Amino acid sequence: MLILIIKRLLWMIPTMVIISFISFSIIQLPPGDYLTSYIAALGETGETVDEAQAAALRARYNLDQPFMVQYWRWLKGMVRGDLGMSFEWNRPVTELIGERILLTSIISIVTLLVTWALAIPVGIYSAVKQYSLPDYCFTFLGFIGLATPNFLLALVFMYIGYSVFGVSAGGLFSPEYQNAAWSFGKFLDLLGHLWIPVIVIGTSGTAGLIRVMRGNLLDELRKQYVMTARAKGVRYWVLLMRYPVRVALNPLVSTVGWVLPGIVSGATITSVVLGLPTTGPLLLRALMNQDMYLAGSMVMMLSLLTLVGTLISDILLLWLDPRIRYEEGEH
Amino acid sequence: MAMPRREEVVEQDVLTGETEAYAASQWQLMWWKFRKHHLAMAAGMVIVALYVVAVFCEFLAPYTLNHRQVAYAFAPPQRLQFVSDEGVHFWPFVYGIKGVRHPETLRKFYIEDREQRYAVRLLVRGAPYRFWGLFETDIHLFGVDDGGTLFLLGTDHLGRDLLSRIIYGSRISLTIGLVGVTLSFVFGLVIGVVSGYYGGWIDNLIQRGIEILRSFPSIPLWMALAAALPSSWSPLQIYMGITVVLSFIGWTGLARQVRGKILSLREEDFATAALLAGASRWRIMTRHLLPSFMSHIIVSLTLAVPGMILGETSLSFLGLGLRPPVTSWGVLLKEAQNVQAVAFQPWLLTPVIFVIITVLAFNFIGDGLRDAADPYSR
Repeated sequence: MLILIIKRLLWMIPTMVIISFISFSIIQLPPGDYLTSYIAALGETGETVDEAQAAALRARYNLDQPFMVQYWRWLKGMVRGDLGMSFEWNRPVTELIGERILLTSIISIVTLLVTWALAIPVGIYSAVKQYSLPDYCFTFLGFIGLATPNFLLALVFMYIGYSVFGVSAGGLFSPEYQNAAWSFGKFLDLLGHLWIPVIVIGTSGTAGLIRVMRGNLLDELRKQYVMTARAKGVRYWVLLMRYPVRVALNPLVSTVGWVLPGIVSGATITSVVLGLPTTGPLLLRALMNQDMYLAGSMVMMLSLLTLVGTLISDILLLWLDPRIRYEEGEH
Repeated sequence: MAMPRREEVVEQDVLTGETEAYAASQWQLMWWKFRKHHLAMAAGMVIVALYVVAVFCEFLAPYTLNHRQVAYAFAPPQRLQFVSDEGVHFWPFVYGIKGVRHPETLRKFYIEDREQRYAVRLLVRGAPYRFWGLFETDIHLFGVDDGGTLFLLGTDHLGRDLLSRIIYGSRISLTIGLVGVTLSFVFGLVIGVVSGYYGGWIDNLIQRGIEILRSFPSIPLWMALAAALPSSWSPLQIYMGITVVLSFIGWTGLARQVRGKILSLREEDFATAALLAGASRWRIMTRHLLPSFMSHIIVSLTLAVPGMILGETSLSFLGLGLRPPVTSWGVLLKEAQNVQAVAFQPWLLTPVIFVIITVLAFNFIGDGLRDAADPYSR
């Protein structure tokens, strides 16, 4: 077990190097660089930047260097924990991400907990009472939830909020708390706004999990050991919770790894629609403006978190289901 | 949805005096089972209908894609009427609409003009278009006479009929998933077969590569790749670019499945038997191994289509995907992105309904196919 973890950790190093290279290449793919789009934006407002100024700026930001040199500088900085500067914000990347990560994490984690708290009991109920009326209702709702993309749900919520309650559903704080320091009042205000993004982001996840949970549990309930245990007189709910549910939880645990990168990508599209101050919209803007160090660092972080998350869920799986083995060349 | 066992299918056919079941090919058995899955069959019909709409969109839409009637910007949906002052009409008609300014806010709004009635007629002459780019015509399946308007789903900011735009948009939105799936199918199959067939260091290299690709989270990767498409590209190039971007993630999963299947199937007795009978490795691959997991692949492809349709919609919605003048459902939804639009012109959200119906239908078909393709399904 320990050897496995160490092996996986070591394997992550070369993977990350390759990932960093790919991320950097993707970010550099669009023709031109940040200055091209910056100068174009200035041009729209009537200002002009002459060639000499542009060249000077390029030299200052090392944008005139060849690709490999830029990549190498970035990689060296990263090892020291310096992710570079954001051109657009003119601030260090770490600072920009840092100030948004708290709210993003709160949203992601609350959403995850709500999703699980809803999906697990409903999934168990649907499987145990298969083909009952509630089961049909949940299945129907589940399909609708799966088919509705999050951002559409966000739009619908905004419409309802606007037409019924006359309030804007966007943002996480009321205007008076927007720039206030953290206080109990601000916390309550956050709770009052949090439920909309949580519902919007959590719906499709909940719907998906209910289906998975129900399907797995049904498969498990048909197995003979369940009947044997029943014949031996184990109480139904005790049996259910002790074995089949534990096995059926397996896919939930294998997706727990996706929560980590989810914290940073933070349901980007929903955040854009609802105007949430999370990292998702930051990444989107960075990608669109070719703010390459910011975008590159965020893609890197996402990938690293995916790797770590996958490792965590593999370890959790081992703990949950002792029958699972990870051996060389197996999976 | 409980499926009959294969034995039951066979038994029924024996009872009805048909013995084909014994000689039926795998595809026939699948079709028979699929036919019994009512929800999937209904979903299949919905999908066929949607694609028919996409194919004949010029003819079916009452207006052309960019037919502007600026006087009717942001007109709300007109309702089909059957009852007027003169009694019940057998054939639907619409009342004319009149734009009026609100005396205080100066915001334009529309009122029904009950004086004017326009019967909805079939095969009317309207805006001219080139059908499939082949010949010029101006016949539309339905519409109203000159002077009247028929905005069943309202209009956008330029006074373009939303229903017509949705119908035109279906062509892009529905094909982008298919093209994307085809691309990932080709990538996945070729790479998976190569990986499983050659094994050794090639397999190792491909598998590590796939692992690395999979460690990129999909939406940010889609966003990054889509942002990388130069804005100077022609609409067609962008369209192709987006499909490639969308298929970029799909193929890795497929390649893994194909490899896994090949690895396990090539140890099977029938593969050894074919080898002993002198069949070439290529023949074993294509004639014996591939058909045995084709059904499995088709199922996963069907289930991949809705993801791609949603992906295109999301990307276009964010402004990273298709851009006007190309019109897809995502592009149409981009107009409904802000609260004002949602509050004052809620009909701009109607493309959502089409997206949901399409995605649901594909999911149901996929479910039905999965049950039908699985010989051990209950």
